[in-house]
Amino acid sequence: MNAASIKRFSSQNAIYIVLILLVVAIAVYDPTFIAITTLRDILVQSSTRAIIALGMAFILITGGTDLSAGRIVGITAVISASMLQMETYANRFFPDMGQINMIIPILLAIIVGLLIGLLNGFIVAKLNVPPFIATLGTMVAVYGLNSMYFDIDPNNSQPIGGLRSDFTNLGTGYIGSDGTYSIPYIVIIAIVVAAIVWVIFNKTQLGKNMYAIGGNIQAANVSGIRVSRNIMYIYMIAGALYGLAGVLEAARTGGATNNYGNMYELDAIAACVVGGVSTAGGIGTVPGVMAGVVIFSVINYGLTYVGIDPYWQLIVKGVIIVAAVAFDIRKYVAKK
Amino acid sequence: MANTPFILEMNHISKSFPGVKALDNVTLKLRPGTVHALMGENGAGKSTLMKCLFGIYTPDEGEIIIEGQKANITNSKDAINYGVSMIHQELHPVPHRNVMENLWLGRFPLKKFGPIRFIDEKKMLAETKAVLAELEMNMDPHTKVGDLSVSNVQSIEIAKAVSHRAKVIVMDEPTSSLTGNEVEQLFKIINKLRARGVAIIYISHKMEEILRISDDITIMRDGKLIGTWPSSEMTMDLIISRMVGRELKERFPERLNVPGDTLLKVENLTSTQGHSFKDVSFELKKGEILGVGGLVGSQRTELIEALFGLRGVASGKITINGKEVKIKSPVEAKKHKIALLTEERRVTGIFPVLSIKENTAIASLPRYRNSVGLLSDGKMRQDAEDNVKRFRTKTPTIDTPIKNLSGGNQQKVLLARWILTDPDILMLDEPTRGIDVGAKYEIYTFMTELAKQGKSIIMISSEMPELMGMSDRIMVMCEGRMTGIVDGKTATEEDIMRLAAQRG
Repeated sequence: MNAASIKRFSSQNAIYIVLILLVVAIAVYDPTFIAITTLRDILVQSSTRAIIALGMAFILITGGTDLSAGRIVGITAVISASMLQMETYANRFFPDMGQINMIIPILLAIIVGLLIGLLNGFIVAKLNVPPFIATLGTMVAVYGLNSMYFDIDPNNSQPIGGLRSDFTNLGTGYIGSDGTYSIPYIVIIAIVVAAIVWVIFNKTQLGKNMYAIGGNIQAANVSGIRVSRNIMYIYMIAGALYGLAGVLEAARTGGATNNYGNMYELDAIAACVVGGVSTAGGIGTVPGVMAGVVIFSVINYGLTYVGIDPYWQLIVKGVIIVAAVAFDIRKYVAKK
Repeated sequence: MANTPFILEMNHISKSFPGVKALDNVTLKLRPGTVHALMGENGAGKSTLMKCLFGIYTPDEGEIIIEGQKANITNSKDAINYGVSMIHQELHPVPHRNVMENLWLGRFPLKKFGPIRFIDEKKMLAETKAVLAELEMNMDPHTKVGDLSVSNVQSIEIAKAVSHRAKVIVMDEPTSSLTGNEVEQLFKIINKLRARGVAIIYISHKMEEILRISDDITIMRDGKLIGTWPSSEMTMDLIISRMVGRELKERFPERLNVPGDTLLKVENLTSTQGHSFKDVSFELKKGEILGVGGLVGSQRTELIEALFGLRGVASGKITINGKEVKIKSPVEAKKHKIALLTEERRVTGIFPVLSIKENTAIASLPRYRNSVGLLSDGKMRQDAEDNVKRFRTKTPTIDTPIKNLSGGNQQKVLLARWILTDPDILMLDEPTRGIDVGAKYEIYTFMTELAKQGKSIIMISSEMPELMGMSDRIMVMCEGRMTGIVDGKTATEEDIMRLAAQRG
């Protein structure tokens, strides 16, 4: 391995190298950071973010963007939570609702996410509104819709709490005997979702079409790809993933308000671009996105762990976003 | 200043990329007031050499000497300061701004008003007029550049170079999108530049042009210099043999195809757009190569794009194998086994960031589905590898992004993409534009092979020898109308030109 190939290897795998360096740096500062519990906490923190980021990756790779992601997480969290409260809880959203099967509200929330995604896709593909504007519109409108639902009597905009334990178990439960050597359900769900998304990206026509549309939309059309239809599928899948993430957020935190998910889209976009997804479209991988998500969790968790001021953490995050992309872009600019 | 007859010398330039020696000890010397043609097949190293001149690449070895002094060029601004300018093949003007602003973009003349600087509109206008007058370009400085023809945009680029006091101007395929008249116009401008002592590096694949306009010809092959000769001593055959390194007996392969029954019948096809094609009728036989000739504005491209479902058809009838069909989208065109290689390779052909493999497979994904509906990567790789071998595409691997390939090699990948869809009718729009001789011959060979297998080909071409050398019959269009169909073997260039100019 000569100098040139080392250089190439490091630029191709920059994201993973940054991740390792980050962990090493924190561990040098405080060796107790290296522990099973730390790893588990980071993975739990990463789970819902990963699902949102994967949804976002679909859209970024087609050359679009989705500002409504966070608000879709919010409305689906509220919908699922509103139907999954304990019967004994005092302030129930639906006071007369019985103990329904958990799967019904979960599916309902995912379908709501999917439909909002379909709406986004329709506005982008059929009305030819730029994705930034289209999803800016739905972002605002979905928040309005969510707040309206949240304000229904008798809830009247009270935070929804007292969720059923079978539901919260989804977000906090785990496989294994005790808290240390165990795998949380939520992590398993995220890994399964990532695996499915990987298959879609790499092994399906939809995935190939997605890269093609992002790579050159006109050439995609000439190649006989049904561009509008594929774009709508992509936004639908992304919406469904946000819906799932909303459900898991409610389950994990044991509640929901209309402000859930606020600005999550920006975290998702940041994780994607740090993970090597091109905002110009056509480029992005599942492992890259996952690494991008984990990097931010490591920063959040790790810097808090070693006691760094939260404001400083924001500055570090900002620098990493810009630095990662500036570094990554070197892969594509003409080499001297 | 050292005493030298050369205005620019690039001496012993070498440049390597991982795995390839792109330039190997190449020397190029330019005399002032001459047009120096730089020739070679795609991938011969012409662009790499120019990128070294403009500081986009740093040569590993060698030196650049401008007017006897060693030049150190690290970016395009340095190049301009040394008096070196480039007219690119694809122009990128600012379409919503006018001629004047495009000309002075980035270096507007300024006037001071106290501590504030304003753009000196008067001075800018005066200088624009002066430059345009000097080159005898008839243009209003206030016209929006977006409203100008390609030829006029190119003239602005040349005017820009002149306004920079350029001593060396590189022109990359300057005539690739010009009409005959516009080429004459360009040559007039080139002659003016030559008279002013400007040296021009002229990169082109068009031999007739080069033999006409150039003083010297430098030929490269596989990153190496083959030699420099005065144009007066060169012939087309000599150039070709030196470029490809073998004697090319024929410019076109022997055609063994036998046109059979009628496959496609087009009757009175009329566009939804008034200015486009009208009332076009023709037939295409099985195993036939039908050439389509005409000048710019003949609406040939519009016609075949309509046959592919990319443009609207107001009236008329399309029949394939005796059955009437309606084609409203490329998806439907593919179902009727039609393929289209578009004219604008970069705009509507390649997926720049995607690999050769993806670019090859994208139009035939269903054939890679396995029993559970997932795509088989192995089969895709196999097909991509096979096609790279079959077309002799020059690429490090099939995972290389297609944007890293030269134009001719990109075209081969696109051809492979469409062959994989197994079309009965293959429509090729200027299939060899901007492609070197070797690759051209390979593409011709493919076309004849396909025709021999019974596939039908429609080929739009603006190159007369190509039209006549490759077509069984030639359909000629003028301003949206079909003005005649002539036999490829007996037609003369004059016949075709007359039909191409025959207004309705």
